[in-house]
Amino acid sequence: MTEEETKVVFEKLANYIGRNITFMVNNPDDPHVFRLQKDRVYYVKANVAKLATSIARKHLISLGICLGKFTKHGKFKLHITALPYLAKYAKYKVWIKENGEMPFLYGNHVLKAHVGKMSEDIPEHAGVIVFSMKDIPLGFGVSSKSTLEAKNLTPTGIVALRQADIGEYLREEDTLFT
Amino acid sequence: MGRRARNKQGAPPSFEEIQTAKEKRALKKRKRLDSSKASESPKKPKAAKKDKKPRKKEETSETQGTDETEFPADLPEVDYDELSREKKSLFEDSEDDDKEDDEDDNVKVGTLDDFDAEQKEQIDDDVDEYDSEEENRAKPAFSDEEDAGDELEMEKINASNMEKYSELLDRRAEEERLEAEEELVEGAIEQPRPKILPPPGTEEEDNPQNHDITFVRTRMLEIVKVLEKFNELGEEGRSRSEYVDRLIKDICEYYGYTPFLAEKLFDLFTPSEAMEFFEANEVHRPITIRTNTLRTRRRDLAQALVNRGVNLQPIGKWTKVGLQIFDSQVPIGATPEYLAGHYILQAASSFLPVMALDPHENERILDMAAAPGGKTTYIAAMMKNTGCVFANDSNKARTKALVANIHRLGCKNVIVCNYDAREFPKVIGGFDRVLLDAPCSGTGVISKDASVKTSRTPKDFMNIPHLQKQLLLSAIDSVNAHSKEGGVITYSTCSVTVDEDECVVDYALRKRPNVKLVDTGLAIGKEGFTSYRGKIPQKSFTNKKVLPTCL
Repeated sequence: MTEEETKVVFEKLANYIGRNITFMVNNPDDPHVFRLQKDRVYYVKANVAKLATSIARKHLISLGICLGKFTKHGKFKLHITALPYLAKYAKYKVWIKENGEMPFLYGNHVLKAHVGKMSEDIPEHAGVIVFSMKDIPLGFGVSSKSTLEAKNLTPTGIVALRQADIGEYLREEDTLFT
Repeated sequence: MGRRARNKQGAPPSFEEIQTAKEKRALKKRKRLDSSKASESPKKPKAAKKDKKPRKKEETSETQGTDETEFPADLPEVDYDELSREKKSLFEDSEDDDKEDDEDDNVKVGTLDDFDAEQKEQIDDDVDEYDSEEENRAKPAFSDEEDAGDELEMEKINASNMEKYSELLDRRAEEERLEAEEELVEGAIEQPRPKILPPPGTEEEDNPQNHDITFVRTRMLEIVKVLEKFNELGEEGRSRSEYVDRLIKDICEYYGYTPFLAEKLFDLFTPSEAMEFFEANEVHRPITIRTNTLRTRRRDLAQALVNRGVNLQPIGKWTKVGLQIFDSQVPIGATPEYLAGHYILQAASSFLPVMALDPHENERILDMAAAPGGKTTYIAAMMKNTGCVFANDSNKARTKALVANIHRLGCKNVIVCNYDAREFPKVIGGFDRVLLDAPCSGTGVISKDASVKTSRTPKDFMNIPHLQKQLLLSAIDSVNAHSKEGGVITYSTCSVTVDEDECVVDYALRKRPNVKLVDTGLAIGKEGFTSYRGKIPQKSFTNKKVLPTCL
């Protein structure tokens, strides 16, 4: 990856995991690397990446976990497949109640009525990870209000704008994994 | 009324006929009602009818042994009521009609049902009488057949007539037991040699008997019985091959195989095993899921799914990750747990190759034909996301599902590539273990894909084994013989034929003399064949074969 591409990816990731990004980039116990394959960015263990070099680019479909892809404008879009890492290092979290799980998995935003609990210090327009009450990561998005403001919202008010949810594994199967 | 026949025959033709007949009767009935309305109130018969419903059902099922009239299976229950009500008025004077005709059976109930309690008792007597008569008549029939009939009858039970049914069934079971005992005693005394085959010369294809499903089925069972003890039961002057030919023709007719495939599969088993095999191919396999141990534990997953209204149970003692789904109120492929990658829908049989491969942590493993990824993700889970798994599939379209499953289940050590698997080990070699789940004819999963029955030709059974042999050789060449456990290859197919399994392995053993077979360490399954039709492999096979009937 070029310098510029790396910067774009890291900025995006930092949105969600903040300073924890250092764990992803330099983890001496379990070194990982970022690899660009076609327009997609994969995050993969260093030793696995080494083995993958023997596969010709043309025949290589995927390695490790796909974080997201570059759009034609050079922007980087995180995919739902990055969720395990985002959830692990997440900074701001929102938990939604059971009755809100299905609406969220069908691609709707997180409503005030469905929020079970949320991190205390979420500012406005920060990346949040959405969990179910059983701590299963369901997706991620952007907070529309800070925690304090969200408390005064009406039940139908939107707390977080959805960006990706695990329902996409079914809905977007054709476009997500080409 | 031929309930058995009704269930067996796919598309009963007589629905329209019955409809039109009913309409006619309804017309007549209306006329009659007009004339004799004074005495009957129109509401009453319905109420009386409701009391009668279970009894009538019993009776109709009793008559199954003798008559062959077809009624459409999907006729709603209300129609029975209507039908008999109409008949009642139609046949008012014909109480003494012949009982052989099943329509008249209904009529009898209808006519006697003259809206008052006294008459009701009379019917009860009548029914009992009928029952005993029926039993007498049923006696000469073969016991297997009766059992089959009973099973089908059981399906018809619903809450409304359950109690009466169970009573009746108890009674019948008792009678049957006695009967069976009698039969046993008789059987010990003399062994009749039944004439099952049609007389020589009458075996033209247009013989109508050959297309009567129930008859064909009975004959198949009989022939199997004869073949089991040919010396005792075989008809004088008929050879064994005549029986086998007839049986294979019947199998083609009954199950819809091509003669070529039927013969190929039949030759693999003893006759009774073959029948079991063909029967098992008609039954749907249960839905099973595999817990993704990277994300959750089986107990937690089972709990979560039970809370969603899923009825499940562990598959068996031999696997710690499998769950069998009986029924579910939610779609199993779209629960939040599924989307979060806590489990994958996977047939129980496809756990086995991976268990046989027995991958360890920090190894390098190749899955040569990986899509859609059930086995690959299982390998990754067993290795706890350490080491490296190469998942290859030659079909680019299928790698999409493979990648999706790998990401959903969170397997971080997998490299997906799109080569023709025969190009290994040129691409990369030196693997600790290789799983070759070879493309095959699919004769072991006919219950999943019935098109195999007709689509496979002799040519397939030449081409597919050829490809399999090439694949197995490149699999052998890809392993590193110096790895800790000496390099393990698991070869698996979803086919049962000898050409695709034993012969391929035998070929590889001859071509690569430094390879030897090892025990799979699986608790279930059968030994592979060691000799088949004169082809005797050099070494005895210790690899196991799991037939679909086992699972």
